[in-house]
Amino acid sequence: MKAAFTPLASETGLPTSIAGNPLISTWVGVDAPSRTVQIYSGKVELGQNILTAIGQIAAQELRVSFERIEMVRACTGLSPDESITSGSLSIQHSGMAVRLICRRVRHLFVARAAAMHSVVPESIAVADGTFYSDKVRVGDYWELAKEVDLDVPYADAASLPEMEIPYVSASVPALGIMEKSAGRYGFIHDMLSDRVLHGRILRPPSIQATLIDIDPTAVQQMKGVVAIARDGSLVGVLAEQEYIAERAVVMLAQSARWQEADCLPDPCRLGAWMREQACDTIDYADAASTASGMRPTKREDRDDSVYTSDYDKPFIKHASIGPSCAYALCHQDDSLHVWTHSQGIYNLRTDLALVFGVDEQHIVVEHVPGAGCYGHNGADDVAFDAAWLSRYAKGRQVRVQWSRADELCWSPQGPAMSMHLEVRVDKEGRIQDWQHQTWSPGHSLRPGRAPTSTLLGSWYQAQAQSVSAAINAPLVAGGGTERNLIPSYDLPCSRLASHRVLHMPVRTSSLRCLGAFGNVFAIESMLDTIAADFGVDPIDYRLGILSDPRAINVLQEVRKISGWPRSAGPDHSDVAVGWGVGYARYKNKGAYCAVIAKVLLGHRVVVDALFIAVDVGEIINPDGVLQQIEGGAIQATSWATMEKAHFSGRALMDDDWQKYPVIRFSDVPDIEISLLDRPDQPPVGAGEPSLAPTGAAIANAIHDAIGVRLKQMPMTFERINQAIQEQV
Amino acid sequence: MSISVRVNGQQRVLEVDESRSLLDIIRNDLSLTGSHFGCGGGDCGACMMLLDGRPVTSCNVPLWSVDQRDVTTIEGLRQADIGSKVMRAFAESGAAQCGYCTSGMVVAATGLLMNHPHPSEQVIRQQMDANLCRCGSHLRILKAIVRVADDLRRDTES
Repeated sequence: MKAAFTPLASETGLPTSIAGNPLISTWVGVDAPSRTVQIYSGKVELGQNILTAIGQIAAQELRVSFERIEMVRACTGLSPDESITSGSLSIQHSGMAVRLICRRVRHLFVARAAAMHSVVPESIAVADGTFYSDKVRVGDYWELAKEVDLDVPYADAASLPEMEIPYVSASVPALGIMEKSAGRYGFIHDMLSDRVLHGRILRPPSIQATLIDIDPTAVQQMKGVVAIARDGSLVGVLAEQEYIAERAVVMLAQSARWQEADCLPDPCRLGAWMREQACDTIDYADAASTASGMRPTKREDRDDSVYTSDYDKPFIKHASIGPSCAYALCHQDDSLHVWTHSQGIYNLRTDLALVFGVDEQHIVVEHVPGAGCYGHNGADDVAFDAAWLSRYAKGRQVRVQWSRADELCWSPQGPAMSMHLEVRVDKEGRIQDWQHQTWSPGHSLRPGRAPTSTLLGSWYQAQAQSVSAAINAPLVAGGGTERNLIPSYDLPCSRLASHRVLHMPVRTSSLRCLGAFGNVFAIESMLDTIAADFGVDPIDYRLGILSDPRAINVLQEVRKISGWPRSAGPDHSDVAVGWGVGYARYKNKGAYCAVIAKVLLGHRVVVDALFIAVDVGEIINPDGVLQQIEGGAIQATSWATMEKAHFSGRALMDDDWQKYPVIRFSDVPDIEISLLDRPDQPPVGAGEPSLAPTGAAIANAIHDAIGVRLKQMPMTFERINQAIQEQV
Repeated sequence: MSISVRVNGQQRVLEVDESRSLLDIIRNDLSLTGSHFGCGGGDCGACMMLLDGRPVTSCNVPLWSVDQRDVTTIEGLRQADIGSKVMRAFAESGAAQCGYCTSGMVVAATGLLMNHPHPSEQVIRQQMDANLCRCGSHLRILKAIVRVADDLRRDTES
């Protein structure tokens, strides 16, 4: 039996999630009648099946079967506050907290059973929740529930000595998978009832539009309309039927007069425009040098060559299949209950309290699963919409569901990025100095963190919350613009600058893997360019600048499973075949992931196959990890080859799936994944590491196929033609 | 307008506003919430139902065209032979992450297998192109459909 990783306590003595929520009863409940155990995680289900993995950890530590675990949906006042479910951190934070808490719960029960039967705790074994001392039954969790007080703070020192901890790893089927397959999972969208009122918000025609006037007369007379709400430029309607609410908002739009203003840059020079703006700049070169011990050589040799290149990534949309949806109920005393698929129930509550001037204790925010969430999407914004409208119909539950157009154009956008690399290489092809600068707006506009509300609707009220700019988390928390700006290689770096554009009229926030997607695309493209110039195999070149054995492992593994090097160049007369590699260690401290892409270039760009090797440390649920890695790679293929948000001088333009296409079945590559098993290493998260290396591998494969280097995403057939023209 | 329609085998006469979508009526009036709204334009397939055994996007199929016909939603497929096989194959293949698109996928796959019992992978991909998935479960969905197709082939042969 292999030993599982035991989390180390933080400097303060306890893991973050436990330090903030020390009472054991905040995390675990034992229900005698049903002979089950309730686990309260502060992390929420976003389609990533995280609650399955956390439940597995709990079952393992308590020594009960997985079926006895009930994962309770997060709700303010009930669940531990674990901030946001994001950043591939849920196993690291919640999973490891649950591991320690449940271990402690088992110890408390075992100690109690031992005392009651006058045996030593060490003699007690636990099998599916029942305690045996030398094979004699001495009770179970449910019998002893009243005997053991869980309203006590977690204390590490109080634990019993632990024998070897069995390794959790098992591909338990995801919770809810049968219900999802049979259409009875119960998404937030499906909480319909005859009593619910349907709300819709009239979104402005452009970002900085202000409402001059609106004539509600016709809508007021519509049968089924309950209320028309207006506060400054924020307008909404409530109706008894969903279709009436939808029709009413269309009619309101027809009578609305707006004052509009241009505010957006020329889309053709977005990267250049960002570089001209006022920025908050942080340079990480010193920190990186200190960490790696690598210093750039000061002296330049006349045989050195300098590679300079610019790369761009556009605004990308979350593009969830289900539009954002929320419910709210406002009581006569203004207290609120909100149902939401937000990633951070406590953070959302903070901003709702701020906007409505209600004490946080009078707001309950309850999580209900929505459609797939890949970052900070419209979930919080629609929750504000529902809460705001519910104040116009107190005592009635209000449901708001965004339109497809609102979902695509009014959810926060994944930030555009522009990268500039300058690399000095000696005549042997060795990198003597690496410089990388990235410009982008901030990658986080989440609620609950700023002095004013970041919720969309609150920016359009008469007493509007001031428009705040997206920020970047500190690098220690993963950063934003700077995520994976420090190369995952042993390189001497004299400049690693993150420039956060301070005023970006497009509302941006976190999208899966944040700045890593643009930064790794730039880094890996540059390395490939250098390797090709010196005639070195791109994988060998990378291995030459890596010393971390786990990094070397994933590259060697991906080479093995793909059969690299494959012959490139023309396959049939009209299709060129190319192979490319991409590698990164996510956030420089998370999962190691190497990807090889095979592309076919005929009259369009086809990603034919992806080979992936990944090391996420300890694996809780191998199939869950495979699913995240594979799903991430498919999403990244879509981003890299077809996605780009279009905008006019004043508004985002892509209001349907025709204008903003995403990958469909015919274009999905075949994928082969090798999971490297590292049970002795901390679990570092699987939700995001495959995206950035996938995008980079596709870029390098395109170059391998036709000798053209694409430096702007998305890498479409049109872009290739354009690049060929520019080369000529 | 008044339409007469069989929903999951049950004859219904519905007095409804003619501008409403079939999806809206099924979800809000008949409380069958397994079919989902995704786009309202027939572009994503989250709302798919079978109309006389063929998959349609219920968000934009004209209401008059449903009159005197047979509608099967995801709920109606639970007892059906191919439908229940598809559901089981999806669950066993882990063919969903968030699951929001899944009911549309199951309906589309069932319609596909009812009309082409032995499809090639290429045909499956082409037919399923009408359904969007953002989580990236495509390959597992393909695997699930191929699995049911193989089962059906074995059933025919035995």
